[in-house]
Amino acid sequence: MTLLMSILDADFMRLAFATGAVVGVLAPAVGFFLVQRRMSLIGDGIGHVAFAGVAAGYLLGISPVATALVASVGGAVAIEWLRTRRRAAGDQALALLFYTGIAAGVVLISAAGALNANLFAFLFGSILTVTRGDLLLVGVLGIVGLALIAAFYRALVAAALDEEGARVSGVPVGLLNVLLAALAGVTIAVSMRIVGILLIAALMVLPVIAASRVAWSIRSNMLIAIGIGLGSVFVGLTAAYYANLAPGGAIVLVAAGAFVVTSAAAAFR
Amino acid sequence: MPVVELQHVDFAYPGGPPVLRDVTLRVEQGEFLAVAGPNGGGKTTLLRIVLGLERPQAGTARLFGEPASSLRGRSRIGYLVQRAQLGIDSPVTVREVVAAGRVPRRGLVGPLRSEDRVQVARAIERVGLADRASAPLSTLSGGLQQRAFIAKALAGEPELLVLDEPTAGVDVDAQEALASLLEELHSDLRVTILFVSHEFGAVERFVDRLVLVRGGIVFDGDPAALPAHWHDPSHVHP
Repeated sequence: MTLLMSILDADFMRLAFATGAVVGVLAPAVGFFLVQRRMSLIGDGIGHVAFAGVAAGYLLGISPVATALVASVGGAVAIEWLRTRRRAAGDQALALLFYTGIAAGVVLISAAGALNANLFAFLFGSILTVTRGDLLLVGVLGIVGLALIAAFYRALVAAALDEEGARVSGVPVGLLNVLLAALAGVTIAVSMRIVGILLIAALMVLPVIAASRVAWSIRSNMLIAIGIGLGSVFVGLTAAYYANLAPGGAIVLVAAGAFVVTSAAAAFR
Repeated sequence: MPVVELQHVDFAYPGGPPVLRDVTLRVEQGEFLAVAGPNGGGKTTLLRIVLGLERPQAGTARLFGEPASSLRGRSRIGYLVQRAQLGIDSPVTVREVVAAGRVPRRGLVGPLRSEDRVQVARAIERVGLADRASAPLSTLSGGLQQRAFIAKALAGEPELLVLDEPTAGVDVDAQEALASLLEELHSDLRVTILFVSHEFGAVERFVDRLVLVRGGIVFDGDPAALPAHWHDPSHVHP
């Protein structure tokens, strides 16, 4: 407890923990439905587009979080459109998004002359860079994201359980897929300050997979995943603070450790 | 007004040979109909046209009096997909599966209300899974899992219950039990049932009508009127 209190003496750590709390809840909550729809890698694809958004922010001189939000939600909806209109198979749509996003990001960031340490913080996360403005934006977006998941929870579960049956009975599955993709985009933009663009997808997926080893129902899987997500963020941030590590890597390694623990627990059950 | 009405329907998948030719079918409210035929004979395609998932190249398909592909009020349909398998990796309880079937009736937003929970519990009870409602679905046998999916379809209080190969991969005893369950549902609820299967032995004695599909409808009538050789699995039907 004393250890935690001393960390929280620093203003930047309070901001990092507050932002991390939002990320720790939102990422597994959205990731739960991505994993169930077998869209685990979509977060990675959107992350690459978010990178282009960050670069555009630098170039235009406006908040990189805001431009990343626009880019990642736009990218997420585009990939869903490509997938459902059968313009490209699922993995081809992802590949298009991946490479176009990263290439656009590199071009824009070099045009802005911003190939520097700040960029590194966006790629791998940083506990020093969260501003009060970021926290406000992350807080608002996080609450909106969680409210949408709570409101559409049953419908998202119905579409994940049996897509065709839901479609036949009149559930607008396409609309729900777009909503889910947009939520994934919001999650990426919200999380990139802490976890980093290159690792955020892992925080959406690993807690869910870890939780599924010991869960007994959809609800328990989601709640345990959120618990693992929150725990990973707090432990990872603490380790990053004391050992001077990139927080994104530390957080994701804790989540991966949680998978090992739950798998072992399931094996001994 | 018939529940299902197909008139002179032709269908082929893009670039493929004709799957169905000149199919005319009328299903009245409250009928229990088995659609049978060999694998590849076109019965699943016929079902997809009935449900509005495919549009015929020629002819018309109507459901509840409306064009099937643009039907509003789809919550009137309860559908058990072929080889109903979970689309998700997460553990899921029987109650969660069945509650998902309530979404079309209740709407997309918000939690289930008390009357919804009553309907979910009633559907679970109807299929005989009341004591397993909280159990993870994966702990149930294939036959009992199918019952959970039937309960899911029932939770939406459908007027038309469509089951695509519900007995596939289920042992003979469970097939008999499923057929008895459907007969009971039909007589209690007077719901229209379309039962699609490559074999019809289990339901033959319950259904009002049997439709055999092989590129088109080759038999449509009382199962008792079916020529004996059709019951012989070794017989090669023309």
